[in-house]
Amino acid sequence: MSEAKGVGGIDPRATPGSAGAGERPPMGTVSRAGDGELYAPMPSKHMVINLGPSHPAMHGVTRAVVELNGEIIEEMKLDIGFLHRGFEKSCENVTWGQVFPYTDRLNYVSSIMNNVGFALAVEKLAKLEIPERARYLRVITSEIHRICDHLTLVGAMAMELGAMTVFLYGIEARDLLWDRLAELCGARLTSNYARIGGVARDMPEGWQEKTLKVLDRVVAIREEIGQLLNRNRIFIDRCLNTGKVSREDALELGFTGPCLRASGEPYDIRKAAPYLVYDRLDFDIPVGSNGDNFDRYLMRMEEMRQSDKIIRQCFEQMAPGEIIVQDFRYALPPKPLVYGTIEGVMAHFKLVMEGIKVPAGEVYSYTEAANGELGFYVVSDGGGRPYKLGLRAPGWPMLAALPVMTKGSLLSDLIPTFDSINMIGGEVEQ
Amino acid sequence: MASELDGLPVIATRREEAEGFLQGLVSKSLGWARKYSLFTYPFVTACCGMEYMTMASARYDSDRFGAAMPRFSPRQADLLMVVGTVNCKQAPILQRIYEQMADPKWVMAFGVCASSGGFYDNYATVQGIDRIIPVDVYVPGCPPRPEQVLDGIMLLQKKIQNQSHKLIDRKPLPVIAGGPGR
Ligand code: SF4
Repeated sequence: MSEAKGVGGIDPRATPGSAGAGERPPMGTVSRAGDGELYAPMPSKHMVINLGPSHPAMHGVTRAVVELNGEIIEEMKLDIGFLHRGFEKSCENVTWGQVFPYTDRLNYVSSIMNNVGFALAVEKLAKLEIPERARYLRVITSEIHRICDHLTLVGAMAMELGAMTVFLYGIEARDLLWDRLAELCGARLTSNYARIGGVARDMPEGWQEKTLKVLDRVVAIREEIGQLLNRNRIFIDRCLNTGKVSREDALELGFTGPCLRASGEPYDIRKAAPYLVYDRLDFDIPVGSNGDNFDRYLMRMEEMRQSDKIIRQCFEQMAPGEIIVQDFRYALPPKPLVYGTIEGVMAHFKLVMEGIKVPAGEVYSYTEAANGELGFYVVSDGGGRPYKLGLRAPGWPMLAALPVMTKGSLLSDLIPTFDSINMIGGEVEQ
Repeated sequence: MASELDGLPVIATRREEAEGFLQGLVSKSLGWARKYSLFTYPFVTACCGMEYMTMASARYDSDRFGAAMPRFSPRQADLLMVVGTVNCKQAPILQRIYEQMADPKWVMAFGVCASSGGFYDNYATVQGIDRIIPVDVYVPGCPPRPEQVLDGIMLLQKKIQNQSHKLIDRKPLPVIAGGPGR
């Protein structure tokens, strides 16, 4: 750490025990204005205030009715449904292949992870084995999107606590990754990449080298963000020991993903029930100890590091080959076949007009998305459309736990807590 | 009913002409001032919000148009950017925010969801915000690229420049039928 980095440098004249002296402040105590012995309490009125849905800190789609005593939250009620777009119902009206754009818009910061989750569910039902290279490509793009998701979270969280620079850096890094994804699948944000039976296209020429370069740059930006935040007095004061969830509570409340691991439970679906090629990759599962907002932030930073490692390993391991199954009941035939042969035309026509015929049955398939377990419960009646589709959104249990997490804390602690659980409207409201 | 008087040239006195000329000057300069000081209220609900973030930060930097200082209070904003899907539960809130904004105000629909309901053709989604509030500029795309939005901002600036602006506007305020509290 260089001396020149104002916030990051260790100041020998700083008060011992403060962040400036390079030590974390003592843990385990919630310090609040007014706890000191010299505090003269002002009589405070009991009041109910309404936060959101159009409040910048509530991400536009959540309404919180907060009962306050002074500045302490006594009770809180959440009102959601301001982004309900009928995801599950919409999916039943379109063919299996057309569900993908809807899944993109569930968690719009990491859309490929949703694509992959849905594709895996259908493949599980159809008992479809997908080609090696497609698996690697799915892992690579998913992990790129995991980094994007975490960068957005860290940036937005820091911005809402007043650190605009971090936000600008985070968005810059995310933009670089999005450029690569746009080269790969044509879209910046709603990148529709997975298909049933494989992926949409192969990597373009030189994409791997470019991506590796971008990853290096992202690492540099991430380090910079870490230096700006990790020992930042304001950030620490607002995050450390706020929004605390114990390991037992987290399990009880149904947490998954980084929020669960921040509380100390090392559960990650990529390790517990490996899918695609995760069992061949070497990566670690970070675990927190405190379960507070600061741990959830550190968790994201470490997960970005691990994702970076995964992508690099995939690039080394993957070999040229097919990217989608060569079974025309599931995948669209290549265009020369469509224009040149009658079988090609028929397969194309059938797939486009009627959709893939997925065998009748039901299945639950789950993957580790950026926020936790993303589960699809799919029911098929053998027709071209999903008969019923259920979604287990990763953000939902965390959002539902918000009233529990913030009870008794200051109103200002609500902001970092709400940010660090990474509530994404699209998936929570289905 | 068209009367025969309609076809006749309007006779203007020199005083009216002078007044018109002055008003034109005032309108031009007000338009010029207003087009470079748009204060945005981002009404961000969904995916397009991610693209809004990109547009507002370093690479695309909408600030250089003098047009993107986000104001999270409707009373301090004059450009309402509706970013993302608006559903039936959200609609009255959007309407109220629009009503709370001070005149003169403009609205930009960011993305196809705000413009037309997008591909959410179902019971929950409002099929375009122009069903509840007036819209000046529509930016298509799902989500639109930041360049498209910047283009939209420039279109809006042109539109503002060419509008007629008055120092004192004695027109009655527009009222949206069936708005909240009515
Ligand atoms: S236009 Fe597309 S990206 Fe924008 S909010 Fe609607 S679905 Fe999301």
